[in-house]
Amino acid sequence: MYTDFVDELSKMFTGDQLLTAKSELIPYESDGLTAFKALPRAVVLPEQQSEVVDIVQLCHRYSVPFVARGSGTSLSGGSLPNTDGIVIGLNRLNRILSLDAEQRIAVVESGVINKNVSDAAHPYGLYYAPDPSSQGVCTIGGNVAFNAGGAHCLKYGMTSNHVLGIKAVLPDGNLVELGGSSLESIGPDLVGLFVGSEGLFGIALEITLRLLPLPEAYRTVLAAYPSMELAGDAVADIVASGLLPGAMEIMDNLTVRAVEESVNAGYPIDAGAVLIVELEGESSAVEEEFVNLQEIINESGAYNVRSARNEIERHLIWKGRKGAFGALGKISPAYIVQDGVVPRNQLGAALAEIDSLSQEYGVRVANVFHAGDGNLHPNVLFDNREDGMLEKAEALASEIVKMCVRRGGAITGEHGVGMEKRHLMTDMFSEQDINQMLRLTNELDQKGIANSGKMFPADRVPGI
Amino acid sequence: MLEPKSVKEVQEVVNTASTAMLIRGGGTKTALSTPYGNETVVDLSNLSGILEYRPEEFIFTALSGTPLENITEMLDENGQWLPFDPPMAKIGATIGGTLATGLSGPGRYRFGGARDFILGVKWVSGDGEIVSGGAQVVKNVAGFDFPKLMIGSLGRFGIISEITLKVFPKMNSFGTVEWDCGGIDSAITFVKEMTCTPIDLFALDLESNGIVRARLGGLSTTLNDRLARLSEYREGAKIILGEIEANLWDHLKEFLWLPDDYSLIKVPITPDLIPQLDACLADRQSHRKYSVGGNIAWIGWSGKIQDIDTLLSELNLGGLLIIGDSKTPWLGTASVMTVFADKVKRAFDAEERFLPL
Repeated sequence: MYTDFVDELSKMFTGDQLLTAKSELIPYESDGLTAFKALPRAVVLPEQQSEVVDIVQLCHRYSVPFVARGSGTSLSGGSLPNTDGIVIGLNRLNRILSLDAEQRIAVVESGVINKNVSDAAHPYGLYYAPDPSSQGVCTIGGNVAFNAGGAHCLKYGMTSNHVLGIKAVLPDGNLVELGGSSLESIGPDLVGLFVGSEGLFGIALEITLRLLPLPEAYRTVLAAYPSMELAGDAVADIVASGLLPGAMEIMDNLTVRAVEESVNAGYPIDAGAVLIVELEGESSAVEEEFVNLQEIINESGAYNVRSARNEIERHLIWKGRKGAFGALGKISPAYIVQDGVVPRNQLGAALAEIDSLSQEYGVRVANVFHAGDGNLHPNVLFDNREDGMLEKAEALASEIVKMCVRRGGAITGEHGVGMEKRHLMTDMFSEQDINQMLRLTNELDQKGIANSGKMFPADRVPGI
Repeated sequence: MLEPKSVKEVQEVVNTASTAMLIRGGGTKTALSTPYGNETVVDLSNLSGILEYRPEEFIFTALSGTPLENITEMLDENGQWLPFDPPMAKIGATIGGTLATGLSGPGRYRFGGARDFILGVKWVSGDGEIVSGGAQVVKNVAGFDFPKLMIGSLGRFGIISEITLKVFPKMNSFGTVEWDCGGIDSAITFVKEMTCTPIDLFALDLESNGIVRARLGGLSTTLNDRLARLSEYREGAKIILGEIEANLWDHLKEFLWLPDDYSLIKVPITPDLIPQLDACLADRQSHRKYSVGGNIAWIGWSGKIQDIDTLLSELNLGGLLIIGDSKTPWLGTASVMTVFADKVKRAFDAEERFLPL
């Protein structure tokens, strides 16, 4: 059966569009979650939307599993291949089809890189707001599949809040168009349902995005605190005051030192915690809010506060934060980054508990997070060359996520469930909730071929 | 008519109703809450109450039949609000009905609409079971986005029982600048220009006669300067403040401009398509208001529903009947029944206990 499939596939795709040699497949065996590896049987690189539809229809006919892949930056193993199936790489669907600056809309193919959208919009005084730290590499299609967030989603939301329309191919090969160009719609919000469905509902081909006017002014502050607790309290005070910053980020000492060694952003390396707060918007409003912000920070116990005086200084502050995950590679051969969410007033307590868990396991954790929305990123650092360390790190990572749920939070704020957290779904959802979700996937993907094995506990879905 | 008082009773109703169920909250959107045939009306007025409110987290959870006014009052006491101006609050709209119809008011322009504020949902599906999705934190991507699915779903997948929403700190001062652009074409050109400025407009509405209104909200200390700056964008600016300003926007939120016996239709649209729509409606007896930077057209229609249905189809636009008489509320090219929608329907209401899409 599979040989018939490959025969047909080879007739449809030739040359560098179809990869089958092991050496060609290895780059696709893993994504950002490097602890998981699986070799697909083949990789197909379509160059047109119609080719994607053809492949999916072929896969459906032969019941061959497929995994769509953008740039493979997923931190939850969302594009881990299925060893019985193929990977469909979308990077060549990289055209920005249209950009309507007057109506603030861009229509892009799913392989377009996130930052390229903002770059294309920039000459018109516009930008695409969702800014995951991988934005220079990750694709819009991947952002849609996982409802990507980023540091600036506190004020304007995640990917889902910026997608107006999606043209997608369903697992059975049917093409659908959801939503449109308007901010408003009629009928159930199926665009909203598709975003974040982790590839289980098919493959997005073309996406209509909304663009925002570039903020006129920014006020970016970097404050150093002797402890994480004080930094967390400062965030709570800022939120309680009614200010709505564009971003609020915290990094712990371990992270700050790694960042300085790697990026040299000028962070104070003796700080227990560093807080970045960024106000953005209309000049006069930002200036007024900045006065309020300074008052709050000055009374919050920060011992070193500086504000960016120009765009260069602002970029440097962000360079450190956005380079944090990469910088951790300097201080540890491997790490697992987690993504749990806690209610904001639990931040201090959650971090204290992470610290004691870290000591209990004897494994270091470097904390970086979107303090404004309670989205933690504990990076569990370990040496993967040491026997048993991967398992220990995974166990600690899971413990941290369970702790988040116990505190009324969520298992994932923006990285998605993928492979990595599927065993934790039952901590957050009841058996019944999971059954309901499976009803939907079974209806949309009766053959179980679209990114199957992801998102649900292993005993509920066909394995990879 | 059935009036369940608890979620358990809702489940019983779903299991025992003998005809397709039509769900009603406050009954304010009459086209969507009035039976056309022998539907079983399920009235959720008694499924009301705040289950949890955490002002420091900017989150609340309420039963779906809770009136918007009760919610607004509660949030107001803590200097918080739902910024998207949920409409028809004064005549008794409920939070469940607002989300099930997917209606947002002029404030949707600034921070987003109902879909951007919903965090969690529980609903009773066709088999009487509870489906839940989302979480009680502002950021979560675990599981499928069932909360968003419920927005605009008009009870086709089940009965919403409980909703969690995020709220924002309430703006304490407002002001509006109004211009007369002379006609709809100039008004559209001006609206498009205003949409791309870095001015943080709270609302941006226009009318057929060329009137454009831009609303600002924020700190009282900077409001006058910002209004002055906004006024410079075009000659003839008129600044409106105080109670008159508040009433102006209430008038729009509550559809007080809609004459009695007129139907009300919501048409999602983009600015470019407005002049043509307006021209087609101009010599018919109709009222039009264009909101959210030209992304919604509200049409007050005095004629037959079939006629507006045909007109919208000819213009390749879709509409939702909010007030009026029609068996199906989807008008024009509103393509609600797609392959995708059909599969979702079959997942949650295989036996069609609820109305069809």
